[in-house]
Amino acid sequence: MMNILASPTSFLMLFIPFIIGGIGALILRKNDSASNVWGNIFAIIGSSWSLIFALSALYTKANFSLSFQPSYSPFFPISFHVDALSALFILIISLVAIFCSLYGLGYVKHFYKHYDIGVLGFFYNMFLASMLLVVSSFNVLFFLMVWEIMSITSYFLVSYERKNPENVKAGLLYFIMTHAGTACIILAFLILFAFTGSFDFATISAHSAAIPSLFKNGVFILAVIGFGMKAGIIPLHIWLPSAHPAAPSHVSALMSGVMIKTGIYMMIRLFLDIFMPIPLWWGLTLLIIGAVSALLGVLYALTEHNLKRLLAYHSIENIGIILLGLGASMTFTSLGMPQLATLSMVAALFHTANHAIFKSLLFLSAGSVINQTHTKNIEEYGGLIKRMPQTAFFFLIGAMAISALPPLNGFFSEWLTFQALFQGIAAADLTVRWIFIISTGALALTGGLALTCFVKAFGATFLARPRTLHGEHVKESSIFFQLGMGGLAILCIAFGVFSGSLSSVLKYIAESVQQLKGVSSALVTSQTQTIIVGDNFSSASAVALLIALGISLFAVTFAAQYLIYRKQRVDSGLTWDCGTDLTPRMEITATGFSHSIIRIFKGILKPTRQTGIEYRDETSRYFPKSRIVSLGIRDAYRTYLYDPLNILILKFSNYTKKIQGGNINVYILYIFIALLLTLFFVHR
Amino acid sequence: MTTTIILSIAQFIFVPALSPALVGLIRKLKARFQNRQGASIFQPYKDIWKLFHKDEVISKDASWIFYTAPFIIFAVTLVVGASIPVFASLTPHMPTSDILVIVYMLALGTFFLALAGMDTGSAFGGFGSSREMTISTLAEGGLVFSLLATALIHGTTDVFSIAASDVSQDLLSFLPVVLAFMGFFIALLAETARFPFDNPATHLELTMIHEAMILEYSGKKLALLEWASANKLMIFIALGSSLFFPWGIASTLAFHTIILGVVVFLAKAFVFCLAIAVIESSIAKLRLFRLPDLLLFAFILSAIAIELIE
Repeated sequence: MMNILASPTSFLMLFIPFIIGGIGALILRKNDSASNVWGNIFAIIGSSWSLIFALSALYTKANFSLSFQPSYSPFFPISFHVDALSALFILIISLVAIFCSLYGLGYVKHFYKHYDIGVLGFFYNMFLASMLLVVSSFNVLFFLMVWEIMSITSYFLVSYERKNPENVKAGLLYFIMTHAGTACIILAFLILFAFTGSFDFATISAHSAAIPSLFKNGVFILAVIGFGMKAGIIPLHIWLPSAHPAAPSHVSALMSGVMIKTGIYMMIRLFLDIFMPIPLWWGLTLLIIGAVSALLGVLYALTEHNLKRLLAYHSIENIGIILLGLGASMTFTSLGMPQLATLSMVAALFHTANHAIFKSLLFLSAGSVINQTHTKNIEEYGGLIKRMPQTAFFFLIGAMAISALPPLNGFFSEWLTFQALFQGIAAADLTVRWIFIISTGALALTGGLALTCFVKAFGATFLARPRTLHGEHVKESSIFFQLGMGGLAILCIAFGVFSGSLSSVLKYIAESVQQLKGVSSALVTSQTQTIIVGDNFSSASAVALLIALGISLFAVTFAAQYLIYRKQRVDSGLTWDCGTDLTPRMEITATGFSHSIIRIFKGILKPTRQTGIEYRDETSRYFPKSRIVSLGIRDAYRTYLYDPLNILILKFSNYTKKIQGGNINVYILYIFIALLLTLFFVHR
Repeated sequence: MTTTIILSIAQFIFVPALSPALVGLIRKLKARFQNRQGASIFQPYKDIWKLFHKDEVISKDASWIFYTAPFIIFAVTLVVGASIPVFASLTPHMPTSDILVIVYMLALGTFFLALAGMDTGSAFGGFGSSREMTISTLAEGGLVFSLLATALIHGTTDVFSIAASDVSQDLLSFLPVVLAFMGFFIALLAETARFPFDNPATHLELTMIHEAMILEYSGKKLALLEWASANKLMIFIALGSSLFFPWGIASTLAFHTIILGVVVFLAKAFVFCLAIAVIESSIAKLRLFRLPDLLLFAFILSAIAIELIE
């Protein structure tokens, strides 16, 4: 049974529901609600199927390839390969997609009559299918094709709410950035083709030793830029904080939770599966990129007031943490320590899975809040916990998981990443050791800053009193919202509790990667849901923590409420107001909350402050009518990287203008010259 | 297995039973420095007992976070208190006694404390939470690194195994321990809301941090919070004494070694309290924006300690 489910046929058939769902939604577009139900139901069927497929593929240790060479297009062979690594990513994508589609059933309702639901359903289904194809394709040309489908479908989803010009602009930025990235990827693959003569991943892998090191390094840099653009590493991340808030919330959950991970998937595939020996500096570079992205990502998140943008910056932070694991793994591989490499790989894969879950949970809960309040500005919320108790609870679970608080899932993957870095400090020599020390420091600081940021986000959104009128007419979201969020919240807890078993599964997956094959690392083991690192170096267990916390909580509550003194009276009163009337303006705001941290890191964040004042009487200037203070952040990467680049491109465009006179005869001359030159070179 | 359970239960009770006395001791020592008689060192017990019998007033703006936070915070200190070596190092490899588990469990308490501070919508609670999070964020680097230094010296991150390892007599290999301890002590002052980070005796709007967050609490919940912060102080003192100077800690189950372990711990705890009291009596509280320098200093000290470990 399991073998049938994990067969190539089953794999091909799982795309059928997505196609039916997408096209059906387009056909039914006249009827909003039918179109929405059709599209999302088939997305749920498709993702459930692919979830079952991935689970059985992992269970039966399936490893198969499939290729077709359609006679009509000899240049586009369709080639799949499903191994443990692909199966893991299919699992992550489908797990998140099920709950996002469930959520979509309720969420999309507010688009009825405003936007075309059929188009949304079509692109949504195609987006899901293309992500599944990206992580299973095994041929360069086919890969580039599905990668492009993924980019374009997600572009249409980002600019779906096109009546808001900001969303269109965000979509355009995403479009440009993702294609700049794709250009780098194409170049990298062309270099590989030049030296191996093949577009097939397996053949490239077999001949990878023949590539001169100069070009190999070139491929590495291009691949880091190209896939790093998709993953959102700093400073290539600028599309991410504008695109993720623009998309509908269940799509941003998928983009932030899953789509950016396809960049990570391809980095693992290329650097650890296809290339055989890799130089030391590759891993170290990724470690540094990871440390910088993690730290800057969370710092920028602290400055944000747009709830979804804040979460988008946290995606950058978490991609940084994943890259710390991946970079450590590559470093250990180059240093000839495969056991440590496996440990780091397990950490990276575990964090990839965990981030997909808690980040989509957070985006879905943010969507639920925004759907009710019609604003993304944190400063306008407040007190929502009383009006949306379920959403608040789910957001709290997600916030605790992303802040790596035990016993939720985020803690265990961050713990494993820490362990990998600790091993690097213990094992490596001078330079490498310092890079590991700095990475560990960055990770520790990131953990603390993430905690602060989520105290800010949760506190400002859900606690205290409503700060504006937006918060006062809010109701709890419908059942589909709650099912989507609740399912992911349960997964957050389950992935924490069963972290021991999961780490064993992930170890099997890590060891299926070419470079780590047959390592059978004794460094990560698990016993009764306890992860053990090394020969008794460290161990952590969610079950033990939960039991200990449960017993203590019970003991404390029981003793305090019943044993010591029972006849206590609890009065309800006003918050201490120092004798004046407490207004919402006296509550702490998100800006105020993070102000001291921003001031401490002002060297990096470069906060700006503009004040304006308007007087009642311009001549006397005694009675101000209104004062305006606008606080902002000057993005260093914009000033030092993107602005000069922009100017350069504009200048270059000005030069090219000179040969473009607008006269058609001149253009024909250019074409003629180009043709002559081509013929000349071909003939030679 | 039985020793693990018995010792865990013993510590489960030992930490909260002794912690108010340490707070009382610091207050007494400070009073003596100020030429005052001071209250008995058992006064904090009486305060907690009194608070447990008081009625409560709770803000009508508060949500369930405010109601449950004191219980969660207190439970967290109990779990951590039972997972670290206080007077005995007999139970290695408990799955809750990893250095990172301890740091992040304490962060769980801080998280709920900061949320509870914001929950009532009082201006004091909000800025208290903001300052607390600022300081604990920056202290985390120094804390993790100083604990990591001991872990790397002894080749394990399990606190019981670190405490049980043989103490090296070699002066050169002791240098990283001293450096890491200095880093740890700064983190201790920050995490337990002591001078020069916070003044535990103040209720002045401009300066309070920890007190600002718990301003809205009364009765039982205030008692639990006060007690939990005493527990946290004791946890940090126990970590400092057992990980960096594990002399005299009980390593067998014999009755006299356990008694010796308890006595030695009390002596070390006295030294820690004396140091804190001297600091609080002799220096002024630092300005908030000078604190990052001090915390960065703790971080760098620990990083150097790690670099010096062979």
